[in-house]
Amino acid sequence: MQNVDYDLVIIGGGPAGLTAGLYAARARLNVVLLEKSVTGGQIIVTDWIENYPGFPEGISGIDLTGRMSEQAKRFGLEIETEEVLSLDCSNKVKKIELGDRTISTHTIIIATGASPSTLGVPGEDDFYGKGVSSCATCDGPFFSGAVVAAVGGGDTAVQESIFLTKFAKKVFLIHRRNELRASKILQERAFANDKIEIVWDSVLTGIYGAKTGVTNITIKNVKTKDTSELAVDGCFIWVGIQPDSGFLGDDIKVDDYGFIIVNDRMATSVPGVFAAGDGRSTPLRQIATAIGDAAIAAVSAEHYIENL
Amino acid sequence: MVEGVLEINDGNFEAEVLKADGPVMVDFWAPWCGPCKAIGPIIEELSGSLGDKIKFTKCNVDDNPATPSKYGIRSIPTLIFFKNGAVADQIVGLVTKSKLEEIINTIS
Repeated sequence: MQNVDYDLVIIGGGPAGLTAGLYAARARLNVVLLEKSVTGGQIIVTDWIENYPGFPEGISGIDLTGRMSEQAKRFGLEIETEEVLSLDCSNKVKKIELGDRTISTHTIIIATGASPSTLGVPGEDDFYGKGVSSCATCDGPFFSGAVVAAVGGGDTAVQESIFLTKFAKKVFLIHRRNELRASKILQERAFANDKIEIVWDSVLTGIYGAKTGVTNITIKNVKTKDTSELAVDGCFIWVGIQPDSGFLGDDIKVDDYGFIIVNDRMATSVPGVFAAGDGRSTPLRQIATAIGDAAIAAVSAEHYIENL
Repeated sequence: MVEGVLEINDGNFEAEVLKADGPVMVDFWAPWCGPCKAIGPIIEELSGSLGDKIKFTKCNVDDNPATPSKYGIRSIPTLIFFKNGAVADQIVGLVTKSKLEEIINTIS
């Protein structure tokens, strides 16, 4: 075997990355996990997680990922704060370019996940942090007694809208179809919550305000084409996610939306490169699926190294 | 300058931030905010390595509503970089350590 810095480099420190790290550390691989910001991933903004088994009362996102991180470190996982700028997978030994150095490795697990998508409507960028948000747990308390809009119809949109009603006196949930995609239990809670008014068949077309923040939004009914205006103090946007895969390059195959294509062993189109979690092309993106992916990816990486 | 992150409040904001000699970073945070808790250690770390370039402070928005409201803050974590009493830069949400270093090196 050629001399390399690592057997395995895991990129991304959300649930998938931390789980891959746990398995790899226990397999005694020479492994490092690179996280560009802070470990935890998207779920650190989730107030309460009720569908992750083993926590019958639920658990907050930050507590859950804090535990995952602690568990992986207990078995010796090294975690570094580093952003990956690019990958070179053209040779058997892969090279990873970081800000100040390049590291080499036999295998890579890409667990960089995804970020909330934006709509690209007028005002969305301008009022980000001044009423436009995608984090109810971070920003909900700023909207005490206020009227807010939420956009989306999936689990995140519905669950976070319910959370917002702890603070806001009214939440308009704007959804482009005439039924929600969220799980039934969340739908039931939303329908039963008299502070939530669902605006069906409608899309957000603009966010407006003053220096102090958002004051109103415009929406359009996709069926009647009618446009209307709503006076709101905030606008939360939960319209799905996009993969954080800008550093990938052209070697690793992705789907039409930029999510990494893998087989049932989590192997990408490049031998020795694996992917796990929200960043891969998959029908479901949950903590439970991310950690399942990651366990498979770690064991696949281990097998790959054994056969070098 | 002092190492570490100085806890400031509505009462001493003017003296500690606006009238400070050099540049000051204020981390607006609250105990209920997950990303704020997550970003805390990065800022602590930077206060060790770049404490001579900028003064690091943090402001609990729950206990001190006047200051965040004055700057129109409706999302946390928000980091505001002040220079001579004026806002030199502002970041909302999670940010990488390298991005923070870049901003600090630019404004200081």
